Amino acid sequence: MPPRPWKRPQEFLAGARDTLPILLGVAPFGLVFGALALEAGLSALQAQGLSLLVFAGSAQFVTVGLIRSGTAPVVIVLTIFVVNLRHALYSASLAPHVARLPLRWRAVLGWLLTDEAFAVSTPRFRSSDLDHAHWYLLGSGLALWTCWQLSTAAGILFGARIPDGWSLDFALPLTFLAMVIPTLTDRPTTVTAISAGILAVVLVGLPYGLGLVAAAAVAIGVGVAVELLSPPRDDSS
Amino acid sequence: MTGLQIWVVLLAGMAVTYGTRLSFFLLRRQEVLPELFRRGLRLVAPAALAAILTPQVLLPAGGDGPAVSPRLIAAAAAALVGWRTRSAWLAIGVGMASLWALQAIFR
Repeated sequence: MPPRPWKRPQEFLAGARDTLPILLGVAPFGLVFGALALEAGLSALQAQGLSLLVFAGSAQFVTVGLIRSGTAPVVIVLTIFVVNLRHALYSASLAPHVARLPLRWRAVLGWLLTDEAFAVSTPRFRSSDLDHAHWYLLGSGLALWTCWQLSTAAGILFGARIPDGWSLDFALPLTFLAMVIPTLTDRPTTVTAISAGILAVVLVGLPYGLGLVAAAAVAIGVGVAVELLSPPRDDSS
Repeated sequence: MTGLQIWVVLLAGMAVTYGTRLSFFLLRRQEVLPELFRRGLRLVAPAALAAILTPQVLLPAGGDGPAVSPRLIAAAAAALVGWRTRSAWLAIGVGMASLWALQAIFR
């Protein structure tokens, strides 16, 4: 019996459900962000506004840090751009799957295209029966969006009362660890991840957060080289 | 920085961020992408995720180089569990529990 075709609500709920463990890391990150933004002198509205408008955790932390240190607005925007440049790669990676969708769909999915939504949805787009797979990305993206807004608000309201000893900031690298493991399916992906990790540590001192982008770009080059040099597989797919 | 300047930064930050996310979604003709570029696309997830997480695990706040820390050990435990079980819940849970245990012991 052929597998039943995936329906829209099924896809949507599956995307949201597969994102739940990731929210375990995102929610504390949002809490910490809300608290830190107030500490840096932003108003509650500006703190929530960052989450609503920019909706990119790491860039928001960098922004708050730069606002606190009195950096020129132009430099802050440039830094946000560089820190978020990796999203162009996500966009390129998923573009073949959304190219046939109407513009309003692509506009919404683009808005929701975070690290987490991309990482959770990538395995889905690599499997079969993709007719309604964009609903999966929508479910994942909306779950993350809702969690990020609520946890930011909670951080603004209660942030000052979270003890440092809980090390809640550590939940985020752990979720990235949990997300990267399923992507390591063969030698090129594994070599890419290891190279990116080493390069990111070596290049961490580069200004404007350039180290992250440079590490990812060079590591992808290394991975492509490994792929070209390794003997072709039998299925040649 | 004035309140108005902060809002300008937020709106400009929104524009550049949404711009990068939407960029390739606006492209309708995927076949124009060169072959090498397309090969690189499936490596985007491992590259970006590893580049984000590694400094947070390896470089202690305020330190000046990679160091063996409770965070590194906890991350290693989480990676092992995540790799063996394929469960994100377990990986994150074991990682946090390990960090708390290590911090309690080495306080």
